[in-house]
Amino acid sequence: MTVESTAARKPRRSAGTKSAASAGAKRTGPAAKKSPGTTGAEPELVQLLTPEGKRVKDATYDPYVADITPEELRGLYRDMVLTRRFDAEATSLQRQGELGLWASLLGQEAAQIGSGRATREDDYVFPTYREHGVAWCRGVDPTNLLGMFRGVNNGGWDPNSNNFHLYTIVIGSQTLHATGYAMGVAKDGADSAVIAYFGDGASSQGDVAESFTFSAVYNAPVVFFCQNNQWAISEPTEKQTRVPLYQRAQGYGFPGVRVDGNDVLACLAVTKWALERARHGEGPTLIEAFTYRMGAHTTSDDPTKYRADEERESWEAKDPILRLRTYLEASHHADEGFFAELEAESEALGKRVREVVRAMPDPDHFAIFENVYADGHALVDEERAQFAAYQASFADEGEGK
Amino acid sequence: MAAEKMALAKAINESLRTALDADPKVLIMGEDVGKLGGVFRVTDGLQKDFGEDRVIDTPLAESGIVGTAIGLALRGYRPVVEIQFDGFVFPAYDQIVTQLAKMHARALGKIKLPVVIRIPYGGGIGAVEHHSESPEALFAHVAGLKVVSPSNASDAYWMMQQAIQSDDPVIFFEPKRRYWDKSEVNKDAIPGPLHKARVVREGADLTLAAYGPMVKVCVEAAAAAQEEGKSIEVLDLRSMSPIDFDSVQASVEKTRRLVVVHEAPVFLGTGAEIAARITERCFYHLEAPVLRVGGYHAPYPPARLEEEYLPGLDRVLDAVDRSLAY
Repeated sequence: MTVESTAARKPRRSAGTKSAASAGAKRTGPAAKKSPGTTGAEPELVQLLTPEGKRVKDATYDPYVADITPEELRGLYRDMVLTRRFDAEATSLQRQGELGLWASLLGQEAAQIGSGRATREDDYVFPTYREHGVAWCRGVDPTNLLGMFRGVNNGGWDPNSNNFHLYTIVIGSQTLHATGYAMGVAKDGADSAVIAYFGDGASSQGDVAESFTFSAVYNAPVVFFCQNNQWAISEPTEKQTRVPLYQRAQGYGFPGVRVDGNDVLACLAVTKWALERARHGEGPTLIEAFTYRMGAHTTSDDPTKYRADEERESWEAKDPILRLRTYLEASHHADEGFFAELEAESEALGKRVREVVRAMPDPDHFAIFENVYADGHALVDEERAQFAAYQASFADEGEGK
Repeated sequence: MAAEKMALAKAINESLRTALDADPKVLIMGEDVGKLGGVFRVTDGLQKDFGEDRVIDTPLAESGIVGTAIGLALRGYRPVVEIQFDGFVFPAYDQIVTQLAKMHARALGKIKLPVVIRIPYGGGIGAVEHHSESPEALFAHVAGLKVVSPSNASDAYWMMQQAIQSDDPVIFFEPKRRYWDKSEVNKDAIPGPLHKARVVREGADLTLAAYGPMVKVCVEAAAAAQEEGKSIEVLDLRSMSPIDFDSVQASVEKTRRLVVVHEAPVFLGTGAEIAARITERCFYHLEAPVLRVGGYHAPYPPARLEEEYLPGLDRVLDAVDRSLAY
């Protein structure tokens, strides 16, 4: 028996207490015990803005946000506020029966806005189904994201319009698409980069491991952005890994970094750094954004069954939006007028989302047969014709009456 | 250029070479496809001539091969990937079914996935477990995929050209026990459509419909039947998705009897679909129920038993007799 397998037989921490163990949090109780498989030292967490909204120095990553202007800082804040508002509106719409399902990003705004704003227009993004904030940064109309959740399509946008791929439901599949796309970018001699999003649960999937292998072997310009939001539906990160996730990269031969996922500045800086590495031909990077999913996995989920209220409360103290607001106010980079205007803009966005969703037409019946194949298919043609005849039979009956 | 006699494997090799030459976006990917030229040498010499950037030896990871091919296709490339053996495609089945097959529709037609997946398939070479399977029905069942299989060198050459040019994902099943069979390939010929069936042999009493490795068996069966005074038509379907039902129907309206032959298990297989459709289309023409000859509902057997499992001349002729007895 190996040392590792012996360790695996030790009692594990209970799910309800484990996520208080975030870096930067005051650690008490069983969560303070070192994780099995780690070196004993807490993983380093890149942080530029503390939960209290204080700017802290980091020699490695400060240069990537050194030239950020107050206006840009306000922009990041605006992005996070509007994304949260959009997300809340979608959650409400689901509760009102307007959407079949919604996957909320509540709590992950900094990870998404920070990384999303680090991308360049010609970069390409491969999201999961929760990257509403990244979509926002890419200029995707947020209402486009709602079609599949309302059930009017299974994707519904042109990925090439904003270099933002379709949402991917099968966990981790898109990391391979991102890697292949990045291999193509390298073949083309382009200096753009690719970023693939996935979660802590996806890190257990074979496709993610294979994407690490392929990207390393071919030195593909891809950044793997893992939002470790602590829970894969009801399963805590301990059910996925025995080492901090960012350390996985080491085994594949590329760097891994853990960043405070609730710190938008740090997420921006670290992602810029990783994207620049990719552009300069230095290959893939794994970023683990250490964050928290404050809501349910999706609107079908009930997190009260598997996690404690105190856990969420401890993360609310690290809210990504509040900490930037504190910083903006303390540094006099934003005044009351800005916040008031943003509140009005937020209201308007919510109203627009509601109106657009409710007005979203059901698809034409013949959409079933559209775009199944690019070059056509005899069976699809035959069945479309059968369907048309069947539909027409109702019209004939109507006429006969 | 005059027609040239070559083995089926060589015809695919020549076809890939032609495609690599014609379009810089065409890529070959797979395990051992480079220096070794593939375990069946189908890609022999291609890396030497087109470089490691075009003929790519991949890590040993089937899902990775297909998943990255999808990404490359999204970037504008036309990857032709090799799965080493039929039974090894299943680690990639998720990527093929949940991603490759559906992405065009999900993007409302705005993106195309011109990926060809080559799979040497079928038995008859005395291989070990997972090296002799015929999973074509599993792929033909999935909307968004096209599924074809050549039975001779000429079709292998031309169908591969057409598969690569297709903007749809194509699963290209190569009958591995026919890799070394030689036949004429005319590279100047204008091929028929990729999904059109072909009458291999004209007949009046019964139609044998087959594809891939079983076409040769059916031609031999027809020849044997002729010695007993029976006139058998042999149809090479060539495509399992879509299936050219019009050609099958035309043949059955002439012969009034149909036997479908494939190596794959009969239960819920390609033959079942053909039997159902042809029964619908030709109910008043049929003199006998559509019969099927194929593999059993059992794992592909060890090599010493595969002759019992695979449809051979006698099993096909037995079905012919049963049909004619109605």
